[in-house]
Amino acid sequence: MLKPSERMKIQRQPMPEQDAQKRACNFEEVNCGYAADAASTEAQRCLQCKDAKCIGGCPVGVKIADFAEAIARDDLAAAADILFADNVLPGITGRVCPQETQCEAVCVRSKKGTPVGIGYLERYVADWARENRKDLFEPPNPTGKRVAVVGAGPGGLTCAGELAKHGHAVTVFEALHVAGGVLVYGIPEFRLPKDIVRAEVETLKARGVEIVTDVVIGQTYTIDELMKEEGFDAIFVANGAGLPVFQGIPGENLKGVYSANEFLTRVNLMGAYQFGQTDTPVIDASQIVVVGGGNTAMDAVRTSRRLGADPATLVYRRSREEMPARVEEVNHAEEEGVVFRMLCSPVEVLGDDNGWVRAVRCIKMELGEPDDSGRRRPVPIPDSEFEVPCQVFIEAIGTQANPLLTQTTPGLKTNKWGNIVVDENNMTSIPGVFAGGDIVRGGATVILAMGDGKNSAVSMHEYLMKSDGNGKASG
Amino acid sequence: MFKIEQSEWLAPKVRRLVVQAPRVARRHEPGHFVIVRVCDGGERIPLTIADSDAEAGTITLVVQVVGATTEKLCALEAGGAMENVVGPLGRPTEIEEFGHAILVGGGVGTAVIYPQAAALKKSGNKVTAIFGGRSKEYVIFEKELAVHCDAVHPCTDDGSYGYHGFVTGKLKELLESCGDIGAVLTAGPVPMMRAVAEVTRPFGVKTIASLNPIMVDGTGMCGGCRVTVGSDMKFACVDGPEFDAHAVDFGELTDRLTTYRDQEALAWNRLNGCTPDPAKGESGCKLRESEEAAANQ
Ligand SMILES: Cc1cc2nc3c(=O)[nH]c(=O)nc-3n(C[C@H](O)[C@H](O)[C@H](O)COP(=O)(O)OP(=O)(O)OC[C@H]3O[C@@H](n4cnc5c(N)ncnc54)[C@H](O)[C@@H]3O)c2cc1C
Ligand SMILES: Cc1cc2nc3c(=O)[nH]c(=O)nc-3n(C[C@H](O)[C@H](O)[C@H](O)COP(=O)(O)OP(=O)(O)OC[C@H]3O[C@@H](n4cnc5c(N)ncnc54)[C@H](O)[C@@H]3O)c2cc1C
Ligand code: SF4
Ligand code: SF4
Ligand code: FES
Repeated sequence: MLKPSERMKIQRQPMPEQDAQKRACNFEEVNCGYAADAASTEAQRCLQCKDAKCIGGCPVGVKIADFAEAIARDDLAAAADILFADNVLPGITGRVCPQETQCEAVCVRSKKGTPVGIGYLERYVADWARENRKDLFEPPNPTGKRVAVVGAGPGGLTCAGELAKHGHAVTVFEALHVAGGVLVYGIPEFRLPKDIVRAEVETLKARGVEIVTDVVIGQTYTIDELMKEEGFDAIFVANGAGLPVFQGIPGENLKGVYSANEFLTRVNLMGAYQFGQTDTPVIDASQIVVVGGGNTAMDAVRTSRRLGADPATLVYRRSREEMPARVEEVNHAEEEGVVFRMLCSPVEVLGDDNGWVRAVRCIKMELGEPDDSGRRRPVPIPDSEFEVPCQVFIEAIGTQANPLLTQTTPGLKTNKWGNIVVDENNMTSIPGVFAGGDIVRGGATVILAMGDGKNSAVSMHEYLMKSDGNGKASG
Repeated sequence: MFKIEQSEWLAPKVRRLVVQAPRVARRHEPGHFVIVRVCDGGERIPLTIADSDAEAGTITLVVQVVGATTEKLCALEAGGAMENVVGPLGRPTEIEEFGHAILVGGGVGTAVIYPQAAALKKSGNKVTAIFGGRSKEYVIFEKELAVHCDAVHPCTDDGSYGYHGFVTGKLKELLESCGDIGAVLTAGPVPMMRAVAEVTRPFGVKTIASLNPIMVDGTGMCGGCRVTVGSDMKFACVDGPEFDAHAVDFGELTDRLTTYRDQEALAWNRLNGCTPDPAKGESGCKLRESEEAAANQ
């Protein structure tokens, strides 16, 4: 065992990356993952704190010190057991969690220097487990209860996995033709390889979870029908927040304007970057402008770069420090040659005579007084407009709750933004119907959606076990 | 996989497919559509449900070959299968008591108006259908429509069958001669729907058009299907696809439909193994060029 002072001397192990020039032209994963020695060195940086603050920073309470300790002594099987006990999708969260605002933000080592690379270690263990670990899942005794999950994003998949552990028969209904939610249609291959999502989904299936694609709840079945006609005893709704918001500026319906959702769906889910082998096209453009400052904007602009846009420009109305995107993604984008134009905002999309985008007119901004969110409010500077030439303009300024399901579910309470309202057990206003993830929180994170899935599964299990055979709570 | 039960040509380049999709069939109402993917790696394309049989668990699609995906779809024979069928999508047609309703269909749009005709008749309306094509061989669904309509008016551009002229010509005649028309519902090519809206506008008759913008997911997630109706941006897959034809910006819709023309041409040429020869002035899609040549004859 190393002494804390020895541990403190170890430098944070860098994540090996694909060369920036090269990766700006391909869709392969940017981060290559730790080698074994780097992983065990990084694991030794963990001080094994008694009062491990890091755990409190993780929405699902991963026992970080314990799994780091297991890595340090090269017992990856044990590390995997510890990790999977709290997190069913670590290969995904290790790659996409905003660690710098969650677990790593509260790691004591971040006070003096850099925090333990928790996400990198998590990914390392998950990748090892995918190759080497047998699913130790022992089929539980069936409870005879049937649960429907709406949406196969991280929230729905996590809930399904947890419920299956208890022996409930779980069916996940997914609107698209593949499971994964934002993990497959939004987050690009170079950040989260789709094989990893596929493997996680296969694990769930092996555990008895049934996944039915091509079903839109609210259209194919209503919630009411699922309960009354299809015989489900409880439902978990995790249909995400997938309704793109447009800025409402002139020129948004010109050819060449996309929502980030459409652009990313075409490229990721439908494989437009391999057009020819696949049938779904995406507009060919040599210059692309993306507006926004979150993960979605970063994914869209880095994807643009990979499709050959030069420049691929990111326009954001505040400054770089205020961008909500993960810091690692912002740095990667910069290395890949993305042009940042901070403190400006599009006011009009300009078209040519044939209805195609030719430029975006922007106005410069300065930061004024802090607003409700505590961030300084951007204020337009008069007479500062300028044009940025482009053939494709992508809006990544946020999403709203999709009303498809809520509209067809009478009695389901929503708030003024259309998000589903739940109680402390994640139950909605309809008994037996629970909800979580982005449809409850608005656009949030993968791990928060998973946390909701997990917590809901606990409440749902309780609800199911105290209800009678008809799914009605008894007494 | 979704099995094809029946598959037959109805007219040149227009095929009728009966597909096993029990979940869709049990909830189908007029106006609903599905999104299909023919094969792995394929595009997602929207198609109206022309008919359904909840007991047999089937839906009927009427598909016109206009590009690579519809061509692949129409190559499927009975016994074959499609990779994905999701639906029913969109809002159903609002079936009201209009008194006398006129349905105007063009091309495969005729299949769209068929379930509407049945539902309108059932709720007590007098129903007239006007539909047509270039010439006699393009006229489809006449027998089926006749079962539910009080009057059917097939039209052909060349006069080879029924009314000689465009559907809008016949529509105008009826608007002038019958005073009882409460609504006009239309589905078909965009220029036709636009013309229908212009014909009914001076009469102040409620007119509903079934729009066909480019779609991807069909669940309101991508915004690719946005159309302008009045001063609002609407997503046709969840807010429509039927809208007040007098408020629709048809010019914008027409233009947006051309977004992928170059790529579509590439895809079609690749599928059919033809390479356009710029020296001969061939630039794009051979299919469309041959269609245009036929139309100009
Ligand atoms: C481009 C992009 C990048 C992101 N990057 C990150 C990141 O790096 N890190 C991070 O933590 N978070 C990131 N996020 C946010 C994160 O992806 C979401 O918070 C998370 O996916 C929410 O999970 P969910 O399960 O609630 O919903 P979703 O992932 O949205 O899944 C919902 C699923 O439900 C399906 N569905 C919708 N309606 C219906 C219906 N009526 N019937 C049946 N199925 C339906 C949808 O098709 C979808 O598959 C990103 C988001 C985007 C868009
Ligand atoms: C609600 C709705 C209902 C429809 N119902 C029918 C129907 O019952 N029968 C029928 O034959 N056609 C119908 N269409 C049109 C049909 O979806 C397109 O003809 C088809 O997508 C063309 O694909 P393609 O690859 O064969 O042709 P492409 O070569 O890709 O395109 C030919 C033309 O079809 C349009 N188109 C292309 N991709 C799409 C897409 N993803 N979504 C919509 N339009 C597209 C474009 O205008 C394009 O110029 C409907 C469209 C909508 C939106
Ligand atoms: S799940 Fe996310 S927040 Fe939790 S430990 Fe892993 S990387 Fe950190
Ligand atoms: S706070 Fe940091 S150093 Fe302490 S146990 Fe957690 S990861 Fe290790
Ligand atoms: S097709 Fe994507 S929102 Fe309508």
